[in-house]
Amino acid sequence: MATASGSARPATTFDITLTINGETRKIAVAPWTTLLDLLRERLDLTGTKKGCDHGQCGACTVLVDGMRVNSCLVLAVMKDGAEITTVEGLAGLAHQKGTNTLHPIQEAFVEHDAFQCGYCTPGQLCSSVGLMNEGHAKSRDEIREAMSGNICRCGAYTNIVDAIQDVMQEAGR
Amino acid sequence: MTQTFSSTGRDTYVGSARSRVDGPAKVTGLAKYAGEFAAADLAHGYVVSSAIASGRITSIDTSAAEAVPGVVKVITHENRERTAWRDKNYQDAVAPPGSPFRALYDNKIHFSGQPVALVVAEDFETARYAATLVSVSYKAETPLTDPAQAREFGYVPPVKRSGIKPPPKPWGDAEGAYEGSAIKLRQDYRLAIEHHNPMEPHASTVVYEGDGKYTVYDKIQGVSNSHDYITAVFGLKKDDVRVLNPYLGGGFGLGLRPQYQLFLAMLAARDLERSVRVVLTRDQMWSLSYRPDALQTVSLGADEDGTLRSLRHDALGGTSRYEDYQEVVVNWSGVLYKCDNVALTYKLAQLDTATPSDMRAPGATTGVFAIEIAMDELAYETGIDPVTLRLRNFSNTDATADGKPFGSKELKSCFTQGAERFGWDRRDPTPRSMREGRELVGWGMATGVWESMMMQSSAQAILTADGKLEVGNSTGDLGTGTYTILTQIAADTLGLTMEDVTTKLGDTRLPEAPVAGGSWTAASSGTAVMKACRNVGEQVFRMARQMENSPLANVEFDRVAFTNGRMEVAGNSSRSVSLVEALKAAGVEKVEATETAGPDKDFNDAYEAYTHSAVFVEVKVDEDLGQVRVTRVVSAIAAGKILNLKTARSQILGGVVMGIGSALEEESMMDHRIGRFMNHNLGEYHVPVNADVYDIDVIFVEEEDKANALGVKGLGEIGIVGTAAAISNAVFHATGKRVRNLPITVDKLL
Repeated sequence: MATASGSARPATTFDITLTINGETRKIAVAPWTTLLDLLRERLDLTGTKKGCDHGQCGACTVLVDGMRVNSCLVLAVMKDGAEITTVEGLAGLAHQKGTNTLHPIQEAFVEHDAFQCGYCTPGQLCSSVGLMNEGHAKSRDEIREAMSGNICRCGAYTNIVDAIQDVMQEAGR
Repeated sequence: MTQTFSSTGRDTYVGSARSRVDGPAKVTGLAKYAGEFAAADLAHGYVVSSAIASGRITSIDTSAAEAVPGVVKVITHENRERTAWRDKNYQDAVAPPGSPFRALYDNKIHFSGQPVALVVAEDFETARYAATLVSVSYKAETPLTDPAQAREFGYVPPVKRSGIKPPPKPWGDAEGAYEGSAIKLRQDYRLAIEHHNPMEPHASTVVYEGDGKYTVYDKIQGVSNSHDYITAVFGLKKDDVRVLNPYLGGGFGLGLRPQYQLFLAMLAARDLERSVRVVLTRDQMWSLSYRPDALQTVSLGADEDGTLRSLRHDALGGTSRYEDYQEVVVNWSGVLYKCDNVALTYKLAQLDTATPSDMRAPGATTGVFAIEIAMDELAYETGIDPVTLRLRNFSNTDATADGKPFGSKELKSCFTQGAERFGWDRRDPTPRSMREGRELVGWGMATGVWESMMMQSSAQAILTADGKLEVGNSTGDLGTGTYTILTQIAADTLGLTMEDVTTKLGDTRLPEAPVAGGSWTAASSGTAVMKACRNVGEQVFRMARQMENSPLANVEFDRVAFTNGRMEVAGNSSRSVSLVEALKAAGVEKVEATETAGPDKDFNDAYEAYTHSAVFVEVKVDEDLGQVRVTRVVSAIAAGKILNLKTARSQILGGVVMGIGSALEEESMMDHRIGRFMNHNLGEYHVPVNADVYDIDVIFVEEEDKANALGVKGLGEIGIVGTAAAISNAVFHATGKRVRNLPITVDKLL
């Protein structure tokens, strides 16, 4: 591939395979493309948001093999073979493919008004699912701490914690 | 109309707790924001930002960038297409007086981070990379960015900013009364520069439709403002440009004015006759605008029983060198407190920065923070409880408006209900009197105030033969809940379910409404939607009356109630006609109406209108580390009719959280030697995160107001006002340290 000394645009692309929201796709991607930009600019999965592009705000959080990850800090080529879930695929995690219902965390966010402008919301939702997968956070304080990588400038934090607790309690029944 | 604060057992949607109608779109990722709309053959623009704050560009070399395969064009001041030359073409609907900034206009640099080139490429990564290859040489001058240094050049703005009240003329003899007062307090207060930092970076997607026509998706709090800016600047006809912005990823005031990424995207799209998207980076968001620093002095003279004898509030706010940005900083002191000798002054100082802008409760956040700490200091000086002191000096009329009465002012209920919920009567006022382990505990309170405004707004309503109703106008929903409350109002007005109603916003093809700001949208667009729906209702009623053997024959319109999709004679539900039947009988597919609502002149001549709050705060301060936690907040709000308890509460929560940021975290640090904000990222500019926010309790006290038919006053700003002062006052109670210079970082407590 080309280097910074010449005409620096990467001439090379790499073929990778990603399973995104249950659909396996073969994609030719340049090495400088982040997972976030791949999703938003190439695959029209704009549900995943870019808030800072520096891993400081959490708006780009997606699930990679079930783990929450800042997709702006990940080059797409590094995730060859991974299973990616974005906000568009959350409902599919909880339900049969093709049914139009929401994931319980999505329903809880609506019920508890856990967002206002909605821009950090996809990241908050994916982060919430990741947090529940991790299984460490139980108390309100622990949830608050473990959700602090996702900034909500509208200030819906208390409602976000309410929504997560609601779903955790429901799941624990 | 009586207020219903119960979320169950409602008769109307208005006044109940309703989930957002745009919720499903937002939790599934289907809600699209300005930088997310697709277009065929879309080119990507990346901004090159100035490295200096003041001076000029001596040369700019774009050859290396242009040589990168995939780069379409690099646009600079040297090769840009011509645009309008008169200032008035660049002055948008909320521009302060002056000469608005023009991107890539000439070689002059007005502020650090000013755009100096736009690199347009086939894809985002190429544009970003090529932007690093643009080589710019400057002749730098020494910037002046510190208001304290600029103080000696302070001036009273010669041209008033539209909609912003200058300070009233002084009354009594503030200085003389101060000297003669038993108790004298004079202190300086300062709030750090803050940046709005909405989560969605500013973005514009300009879709070239061919034939000189453009569809523009712009991050703006009201698309009409962008539309009129574009047509004036680029000399386009009204119908050549359509601007849309259905969703806004936060605004907080930064989306009031068209920002430079819109200009650049339009410039490139015109030049290339191609669709172009420009998205700013997070650090470039620091170059747009900010909440100005203000140097404030508050002087209070009082009797020993706390009665105010003299009140002076002086402020000097920063602005740019090219526009006189103005906000209401000092007037609030004269609105809140009764005093016979008052002097309020407000000056500006020009700095080598971009023009500051409105940021959530502009001016009030700044000024009320100062007066409300000063009042707490007076409470300690006199040994009077802070709530009692405020009641002792309570204003029943607005002295800043020649003593006009308030349309409504239930601030006393805010004090009572807030104090009760908080447990204020258990407070020992002695500083450092409460402790939990290694943390000192403090309780503080403050008052908040914001203007209640209404702006002329139009809205349309269209009822179709299937019984579905669509309402809307061009204003924006910043996350405030506008979609939802308009849906509630429309459903109630025509007796439909919320599911029957669709609200559309953020499209210049819809009737014109102003930018969403100043907490005026609920009153303005809400009233316009209600009027449009009533008009539709009246038309449908006339159709129903003309039906053969109409049950509504000989009934006057004012005796008809709209309920359950039907028009029925009030008190006689057996005499009714459904809306669908009426349209069918008349053989029409749809009934539509557009109505305009505006401020009530008679009301405004007679009354002044404000929202109020009482904020009670508990802090815990780690004595060894100086770390402050805001563990409990009770915010009691008097804001007229509450349309939706759920979204209204969220508005206040959001204001309180931003107030916590203002009090403890937010500070854009300027390196005055080079005139540049140094912490221009979310890692170093701290905003509250989830772990910073504990319990927040919101109370809406009952308040009847007649400024508009809905009785609504607006909620977007009031939640932040007073919050920072309450926190600072609580920190004093906890630690005995009075912090008048926000944010209260650990260094100020150790």
